[in-house]
Amino acid sequence: MDTMTTKETKKQVITTSQVEHVALLARLELNEAEKDIYVNQLNNILAYMQMLNELNTENVTPTAHVLPLYNVFRQDEVGRHMPVEKVLANAPEKEEQFFKVPRIV
Amino acid sequence: MELYYYPAHQLHQMLVKKEIKAEEICLSVLNRVSQVEDKIKAFITLTHEQALAQAKKVDEKIARKEKISPLAGIPIAIKDNICTEGLRTTCASHILENFIPPYNATVINLLNQADAVIIGKTNLDEFAMGSSTENSAFFTTANPWDLARVPGGSSGGSAAAVAAGETILALGSDTGGSIRQPAAFCGVLGLKPTYGLVSRFGLVAFASSLDQIGPFARNAEDLAWLLNVISGHDPLDSTSRVEAPPDYTGFLVDHVRGLRIGVPREYMLEGIDVQVKQVINQALAKLTALGATAEEVSLPHSKYALPTYYLIAPAEASSNLARYDGVRYGFRAGNAVDMIDMFKKTRSQGFGEEVKRRIMLGTYALSAGYYDAYYLKALKVRTLIKQDFEKAFSSFDVLVSPVTPTPAFKKGEKTGDPLQMYMSDICTLAINLAGIPGIAIPAGFINGLPVGMQLLGKPFSEGILLQVAHIFEQNTDFHLKKPDLK
Repeated sequence: MDTMTTKETKKQVITTSQVEHVALLARLELNEAEKDIYVNQLNNILAYMQMLNELNTENVTPTAHVLPLYNVFRQDEVGRHMPVEKVLANAPEKEEQFFKVPRIV
Repeated sequence: MELYYYPAHQLHQMLVKKEIKAEEICLSVLNRVSQVEDKIKAFITLTHEQALAQAKKVDEKIARKEKISPLAGIPIAIKDNICTEGLRTTCASHILENFIPPYNATVINLLNQADAVIIGKTNLDEFAMGSSTENSAFFTTANPWDLARVPGGSSGGSAAAVAAGETILALGSDTGGSIRQPAAFCGVLGLKPTYGLVSRFGLVAFASSLDQIGPFARNAEDLAWLLNVISGHDPLDSTSRVEAPPDYTGFLVDHVRGLRIGVPREYMLEGIDVQVKQVINQALAKLTALGATAEEVSLPHSKYALPTYYLIAPAEASSNLARYDGVRYGFRAGNAVDMIDMFKKTRSQGFGEEVKRRIMLGTYALSAGYYDAYYLKALKVRTLIKQDFEKAFSSFDVLVSPVTPTPAFKKGEKTGDPLQMYMSDICTLAINLAGIPGIAIPAGFINGLPVGMQLLGKPFSEGILLQVAHIFEQNTDFHLKKPDLK
């Protein structure tokens, strides 16, 4: 088990503008202090991840899933439905039979 | 001994013989909760009246001379990321603070059919992301063996509740060690089943290719009883195994003659506390004295498990947690100018620091230009890790290792450095990547703190793991020790 010191592995892989871009993709709003923290921490973590490049994986099949399962089919039958009131019970805002959200366009 | 520390299988016999009532068991546990919960803080929600009503129902069945199932009337605590219809399920997150599921997880339906008594929902690291419960948005659970220390995580509430006698049994979930690590820290047993053995329907998804629900107990027989109830095919989980599981109590025989134990060298290296290694070596000596053989084996890709896991799990999490957008359920932030702004404000205010960090990491690993370098690379290394285990299991029946590099650490000790916190799962992560079963059992103590031994097996070999745990227990008393909570 390798132990790592953050100083040794510190290498700039991810920049502030990349953190901003990723935050936008992830629909997160970050203040300046948070951006700094993430730049720093993600760089440390990603530098550690570089360890994987020691391995030649050119001819290795990726494993997304451990089971020998492919498509799992079922009959297209009408199942049980949850009543609309139950579906809407946790809605932050609703109107009639709908979830209500702020304007989109 | 008080009822709250009795084994479930013994309580069942007492119920059948009418020596006690289910209501008495429930009251014993609830009284214990009221005595120690201030210190332990294992529960986010307690069910009190519902639990008592459920227990009384079991007593009525017994009075009517109906046959009761093995877990009938047995108190069980549920990790708060498993959906319980009508009972708040928070994932220890502000974003789900008031979420009341409109349906039950399949494991909850199975427990209800078995007449088990759900006594509450236990604390965890937010969305099961963490190793100490310090990432809970509400509070940190204490380790019953030393209140200044963490109970482990993410299923820390479940493990602490079982150890403190605040429940007889518990359910947790394990994505990278979240059942085994807290079980080890709290001196109880915890099992991560083979991927696909227990339905994930209704388990709030963290990393779907790694998540499994599993049982906590204070002895191997109870663990087998609970696994009997929760395992099996579920059409609502497409990754659920179709073949019916065996009766796990059938494996609780009294010998390990001929059992071939492999000891992965990479799990006993310098990162592991010397005293932890001693405990594991003593446990191995015990098992070989009982007729097993033990030999060193190599899992050469072990050191890559941590970086592989921390790419795959956050990648899957970033996708799974996209659903928390403030539209259909959960918290919604106010003062948004439009829809996207509402998503951003909701998620930024609703998620805690570690969850956001993992969403950021996972989103980055999956984003255009980085997918091949990080995510795809990790999936390929996952294959190599899985093959290491396949190779080892061609020569060995079980593998034995420590569960954690050290006993429970102090609260606050690792919160400043995410990588250091991640390192506490170094012995457990690979098992989820390979999808195999793993069990943590009490194997000794260091300065009054429990140390766990991890037993690993081939896919769907839970029976053999339970057998070894059972025999070890028959010949040791570590699992019988109780924390002093005066």
